[in-house]
Amino acid sequence: MVTTRRVLVTGLGATSPLGGDVASTWQGLLDGRSGVTQLTDEWAEGLETRIAGTVAVEPTEQLERVRARRLDRSGQFAVVAANEAWADAGLAVEAGADPLVDTERLAVAMASGIGGVTTLLSNYDALLQKGPRRVSPLSIPMLMPNGPAAAVGLTIGARAGVHTPVSACASGNESIALGIDLIRLGRADVVVVGGTEAAIHALPLAAFSRMMALSKRNDDPAAASRPWDAGRDGFVMGEGGAALVLESEEHARARGAKVYAEAAGAAITADSHDIAQPDPEGLGATRAMRRALVEGGLTPADIVHINAHATSTPQGDVAEARAIRQALESAVDRVVVTSTKSMTGHLLGAAGALESVATVLALHHRKVPPTINLDDPEDVGLDLADKVRDLPAGDAAALNNSFGFGGHNVAIAFRTV
Amino acid sequence: MTSTAPASEDVRAALADIVNEVAGIPVEDVQLDKAFIDDLDVDSLSMVEVVVAAEEKFGVTIPDDEVKNLTTVGDAVAFIINAKG
Repeated sequence: MVTTRRVLVTGLGATSPLGGDVASTWQGLLDGRSGVTQLTDEWAEGLETRIAGTVAVEPTEQLERVRARRLDRSGQFAVVAANEAWADAGLAVEAGADPLVDTERLAVAMASGIGGVTTLLSNYDALLQKGPRRVSPLSIPMLMPNGPAAAVGLTIGARAGVHTPVSACASGNESIALGIDLIRLGRADVVVVGGTEAAIHALPLAAFSRMMALSKRNDDPAAASRPWDAGRDGFVMGEGGAALVLESEEHARARGAKVYAEAAGAAITADSHDIAQPDPEGLGATRAMRRALVEGGLTPADIVHINAHATSTPQGDVAEARAIRQALESAVDRVVVTSTKSMTGHLLGAAGALESVATVLALHHRKVPPTINLDDPEDVGLDLADKVRDLPAGDAAALNNSFGFGGHNVAIAFRTV
Repeated sequence: MTSTAPASEDVRAALADIVNEVAGIPVEDVQLDKAFIDDLDVDSLSMVEVVVAAEEKFGVTIPDDEVKNLTTVGDAVAFIINAKG
């Protein structure tokens, strides 16, 4: 059964390198503030890249102690973000406690790109140093990639299915696409969607470095993430989590919910080009954007803003710019494009979720956060927001792009309500 | 022969700290007559953590087969004192 139900965004949550909640994160974005700092821990010595966007507020300060110690850091971020989104939607954060939501019609799609990698590695250390009996009995539920989704599901009492899309750095957006599908297919009325990532650790940093993917601007962390700038030299790893409450229009209206925007359409494509390199023609990304528009009943002329994937890599930023021009054709001239990764770094599996929160807020407040560090912008044929930009009044729509290693492309279209 | 066995109250108090750390149970609730699972709501995975932490704290070995016999805090205290004695 495929319905034509409209899907609305009724709650937002985030913990990011800019702040421990949505309000502080959004303010940081509007202020053009970088959340990237130097890694001064002993474990970072000797790494080629010693900068990252660590979260502004430690999740252990936001969660009850025993709850926190039973979760991987990625699970902690997920629960923090989901709790905020759930409360923001006007719902009571206690499993099954809210009479406004039937838990058998409530689902979760919470993505991760890498899973509980720090739990895996710390338990391997314990195994080698102290023996197998010192491996934590909680290590499996903590390291499994679906652990964060399950933790969120347990928190709110979701019984219509708990999902974990995994598509590297497109994972967060894929969870949103899945959430829209679940509501349109009639399988759920409310879905908490989002993404989380906690991979700032020597091994993932070294591994991304060996792919030549990371910026080495260790002496100037705030300037390291610089999408479309001629001096860009790779992405900066970030961490955090973000969540959105998606709700069928019928359900949201019946309970008088506050509405931020409509999640109008989504599309997932694959490049079938290379495991790590983007298709230089950007064809898969182009198809994702075009199909998201079609699914949302939109045309390029409806789009006023794109929150780009643009991670600050030499090839990726240019390929995406080409894809945006191809997808929007002549309408591209009136689209304000930004990359909030210039401030947050790249949150990998959480990126799509955090940037969807930013896209929804850009439509809601009619303000586009800037792309910082655009000192010497490459001419990519786009209207790049080098400062905060206002969006026009009236009906408007925006796209959020996320692409991942493996050739995954996911575009989400949001529309004002 | 000099016994090295610690006093029951010292073991109970140290065990209470471990149960508090692992499962968040208030230390004053961890009394000898309380059952870990039925009274204190310590789940099976947390029980494994408590056992390992107790082994490290007291320098004893608590075989996995023995754990199922340690129903109450008093059972665990007696086992530890016996193992140290």
